[in-house]
Amino acid sequence: MILNIIGTWLAATLTLAIFSFLYKDNPFYKLAEHIYVGVSAGFWVIYVWAFDIKPMLIDRFLTTTGIEKWILLIPAILGVLMLTRWFPKTAWISRIPLSFTIGIGAGLGVTASIQGFLIPQIGATLLPLTTINNILLVIGVISTIIYFYFSKEFKGTWKFFSRLGIIFIMIAFGASFGYTVMARISLLIGRIYFLLHNFLNIIP
Amino acid sequence: MYFFFLFSLLQFNYFEYVKSYDTPSDEGGSISLEWQIKEEFISEENPIKFFEIYRSEKKEGIFENVGFVLSQYNYYEDKGLKDNKDYYYQIWAIREKDTLKSEIIGPVISRAQWFNKNRFNVLVITIILFIVFLYYIEKARKGERLFIRKISGLDAIDDAVGRATEMGRPILFSFGLGFITDVVTIAALSILSKIAKKAAEYGTRLIIPNYDPIVMTAAQETVKEAYLEAGRPDLYREGDITYLTSDQFGYAAGCDGIIMREKPGAIFWQGYFFAESLILAETGHAVGAIQIAGTTAITQLPFFIAACDYTLIGEEMFAASCYLKPEPQMLGSLKGEDFLKAIILVILIISAIIATLSIVFKNFYFLNNLYELIKNIFTIK
Repeated sequence: MILNIIGTWLAATLTLAIFSFLYKDNPFYKLAEHIYVGVSAGFWVIYVWAFDIKPMLIDRFLTTTGIEKWILLIPAILGVLMLTRWFPKTAWISRIPLSFTIGIGAGLGVTASIQGFLIPQIGATLLPLTTINNILLVIGVISTIIYFYFSKEFKGTWKFFSRLGIIFIMIAFGASFGYTVMARISLLIGRIYFLLHNFLNIIP
Repeated sequence: MYFFFLFSLLQFNYFEYVKSYDTPSDEGGSISLEWQIKEEFISEENPIKFFEIYRSEKKEGIFENVGFVLSQYNYYEDKGLKDNKDYYYQIWAIREKDTLKSEIIGPVISRAQWFNKNRFNVLVITIILFIVFLYYIEKARKGERLFIRKISGLDAIDDAVGRATEMGRPILFSFGLGFITDVVTIAALSILSKIAKKAAEYGTRLIIPNYDPIVMTAAQETVKEAYLEAGRPDLYREGDITYLTSDQFGYAAGCDGIIMREKPGAIFWQGYFFAESLILAETGHAVGAIQIAGTTAITQLPFFIAACDYTLIGEEMFAASCYLKPEPQMLGSLKGEDFLKAIILVILIISAIIATLSIVFKNFYFLNNLYELIKNIFTIK
């Protein structure tokens, strides 16, 4: 019970300290910010140890046999190489795991984009022009693609379609903006409810 | 004994067929089962409620229940198995009043396939993409002049760095919450390289708070190299490219704190952002910084457009890398990308016409078939 009360007071104080930033930067906000950043950074260190390094590397290395066991040495060595950054003379070695990771990211990104975005999006736009919705969708996609065409100057018809494209983009962004603002307001309501209900207990 | 034999015979006859096979085009560890109950055992008085799937590693061993499917289905995929190991299956049809058991089928083993036949279209499109890219890269290498239209947000980079220098304020650059494996982060590194070079030339401090330690390391390397290229390695301060936290709002709070205290003259939000985008951009706006954002996060772009001075929308970020560093590889890939966009435009227009005609002229089966074929090419199974 007493721990609950302490927890509520602490959460409410930190919430108010963060909200105080709406007025201006102040020592209370700074304190809350530093606690938040410090605690979350510490939390991630523990998280990476408990959910990545220990179960996926150490435990698996100790329990598996054969090629599966020794293949784990590759990520382990790459991880250790990253630590060479601590020593200026050997810091260049850390570029090896770094380039390895960037290469994997770029390589996987190619097929992931084709498979996850390009093909499904083209597929979803192959529509007959028989309804207003379909006509809007096809024209919207075509004009938006034209807007993102970089190797041709916007002139004449091309300019008209690129402008139409940006209109479609902005309408979509406007809808997305309104929708997300609504979601954020519900988050604010949740926090204010916490202050008024759990902390001050003035609303049921 | 005789009765048992007769019972077994009857037991085998409830099902029209029961098939078990290694699930095709998968990474292994999965066996597929198909079955069909005989017509005479489907009745309204005693309907089938669901099917239970039993599995054993030995034909005479104990069969354990591994799952169930509702009565309208006659397919089950048993996952999480060990490859190259024998498995036996039995299907139980659980009816209102009794249970019908299939024969025991097996042994069947699961294996990983090298090639996923369902993704053949992805392979073909990827190959076409590579051929087009290589063709245009080669063209760019041979010195052919490739035009890129002006991207307004990019021209503002020099102005923003210059403004921060004139005001005697630092520059802040953020990759958001992206990881190094995100293509958008890689594109942001190219933009950072240009900004860092300019900052080094003008002698302006560059601050980069990071969400991911690997991105931080890549940023340090990029900035260090840019400072070397600009001939000012003495200005490089590794301590300005720091790791904050890997917590979304912890990172936002940390960035806000830095912005309020350091009051940067120019802020670059380049990378992948989530719900923290508006918090960050609003704080930047509050200190009067010129802000240039760029992201592929569609849900966050409206916030950047509302709160920043310039925003690179989605692919403009990738084009930015080529515009800033007009190397043959970059220019060629951008040109190749545009060529593919032109192909997509043609496909969309032609398929829209074919699809519309196939509805207007329903008796023209050729049009229907053609439309189905195009749709199949662009379907991920």
